[in-house]
Amino acid sequence: MRDEIAPLLDVVDLHTVFQTRGGDVHAVNSVSFSVAPGELLGVVGESGSGKSVTMMSLMGLLPSSARVEAQAVNFEGRNIRDMSDDALRVLRGRDVGFVFQDPMTSLNPVFTVGYQLTEALRTHLGKSKKEARARAAEMLSLVGIPDAKARLNDYPHQFSGGMRQRVMIAMALACDPKLLIADEPTTALDVTIQAQILELVKGLRQKMGMGIVWITHDLGVVAGIADRVMVMYGGQIVEQAPVKELFANPQHPYTIALLETLPSLTGERPERLRSIDGQPPILGAKLTSCPFAARCRQVMDRCHRENPTRREVKAGHDVACWWDATQGGAA
Amino acid sequence: MLNFTIRRLMFAIPTLLVISFIIFAILDLAPGDPTASLPMTVPPEVRAQIRSTLGLDEPFIIRYFLWLKQFMITEPLNLIESSFGITIGEGDRLRLTSWATRSPVVDLIAERMPQTLWVVGMSQIIAVLIAVPIGVISAYKQYSWIDQLGTLFSMIGFSVPTFFTGLLFIVIFSVNLGWFPSIYDTNHVVEDWDSFVFQIKQMIMPTMVLALFTAAQISRYMRASMLDNLNQDYVRTARAKGLKEQTVLLVHVLRNSMIPVVTVIALNIPTIFGGAIITEQIFRVNGIGQLLITGIVGADIPLVQTLTFIFAALIVLFNLIADILYGMLDPRIRYE
Repeated sequence: MRDEIAPLLDVVDLHTVFQTRGGDVHAVNSVSFSVAPGELLGVVGESGSGKSVTMMSLMGLLPSSARVEAQAVNFEGRNIRDMSDDALRVLRGRDVGFVFQDPMTSLNPVFTVGYQLTEALRTHLGKSKKEARARAAEMLSLVGIPDAKARLNDYPHQFSGGMRQRVMIAMALACDPKLLIADEPTTALDVTIQAQILELVKGLRQKMGMGIVWITHDLGVVAGIADRVMVMYGGQIVEQAPVKELFANPQHPYTIALLETLPSLTGERPERLRSIDGQPPILGAKLTSCPFAARCRQVMDRCHRENPTRREVKAGHDVACWWDATQGGAA
Repeated sequence: MLNFTIRRLMFAIPTLLVISFIIFAILDLAPGDPTASLPMTVPPEVRAQIRSTLGLDEPFIIRYFLWLKQFMITEPLNLIESSFGITIGEGDRLRLTSWATRSPVVDLIAERMPQTLWVVGMSQIIAVLIAVPIGVISAYKQYSWIDQLGTLFSMIGFSVPTFFTGLLFIVIFSVNLGWFPSIYDTNHVVEDWDSFVFQIKQMIMPTMVLALFTAAQISRYMRASMLDNLNQDYVRTARAKGLKEQTVLLVHVLRNSMIPVVTVIALNIPTIFGGAIITEQIFRVNGIGQLLITGIVGADIPLVQTLTFIFAALIVLFNLIADILYGMLDPRIRYE
């Protein structure tokens, strides 16, 4: 999109609607983005902002109550939307790896770690049991699990939380995917383990060179590892910029407010950490106004009438807002 | 696991002793006289004599221990001798005899056991074969017409008593259609294809009546357990790995869902003997259940005591089996 390298993943105008008893819920509204090969894209937003749903919709991992529509979802130039369920399934296992939030429940308790690691290898790469086990052991030691070969016979409950997340990562990377989707992989872990996992992923990325989409609600995590950041709110992308640019020059009032909620290491300690008042919107209908209008400090009349579209601030940095942060008035 | 099994078997001994005492006491306290069914012309002195030859003059506690000795030591020895053709010790021991038929209780039970095992055992197997697929499909296609049909099936199966389904089956399949015999012929011997077909035919109705009732229960447990597991995170992980939907369902979800269901199945097996009492009566299968009814009607206390105790022992045994299976299916449970 922005440079000459063909993107690994290119999404144009994605909509996801959940059909529930209480009516439709528009969880993802007109989301477009791309991930370059080897790039780490951080996706930030609070709970219910649609960040996980966006990624799950792309790969067909949502329940059948979800209706996904998109103009195009291209993975390496192939349109995923045209793929059969089987082709998508193979893509999911071989070319895209997933790591989920809660390592305590994401592994099947009744199968050994070895079995769960070799499953994808045997399904997608047609490896024999022996080859798959060798590769699985290799992957386990790669993610820093000592005595990997012996631990293949252990069950998930014999691992600690951090170790399980390492197993999940090993599982996601076993088939050498081109894209890793990490859905809040460190949220359920304590800070020390979180730092270890971040280091691990950084290292693995250098070794294996896959593109990564890192979903999180922790801006600190994003600052540490991402190349580019996408801020989501109310099921749409409100701001998107390279990581340094975003932290130095935030444009959207939501991004600004989010950055203010971070505790600062320098200066006087404030009485309380700041928070953003109000609740995220319930997306019962198609948006006709800015979803953040109700909580926005810079709200204008126009915000209630029209949902802003994304406009470019400078190369590689765009924002969906009627307010202009640099001039302090309407854009 | 072996240690656990041995320990549990040890624990079973005091449990069974207590149960045996309670059973003996209840039946002993119950009104009933072995001579009551004799003609009125038998004089009271003769009746008293009969009672004393039956050992009823002895105090309660002595009779209990004699029964216990008989049941725990003598009869097992007899059984070993007769099945292996060897003689242990003197060889000629007292038998626990039925008051009504005068034949040894154990022989009576051994005679009836095959019929019950065939009908009840087969019904359990069929029940599981029906219930597991229904449960799996109902859960996977929750609220679909197939799920509604499964729910209807289990509601009917569970709420209609076996004596009604039994009679209904007889009316439809024996009387109107004439497909199956309504009376189970125990003397039938399977020796060639035709007699085998006949055996199958006569087994179908009692087996199906019991199987439907059990399947109704198990399929509900299966469905609930599958639904619990289908929403688990590990299912999403399995799908994210690009496994076939079939593998996700039948390997990952099913194995986890079977854990509670196996317990239900195992614990159900001894209780089915209760249901079998009625079903055996309806189809004239002269199995254990029917023997128990005959024993109760004829105040044949040794027979009833022994049978009741066997049921109790079965429940204790299947509890143990359920626990062991549980440990085998779920690696998180290790008995040490």
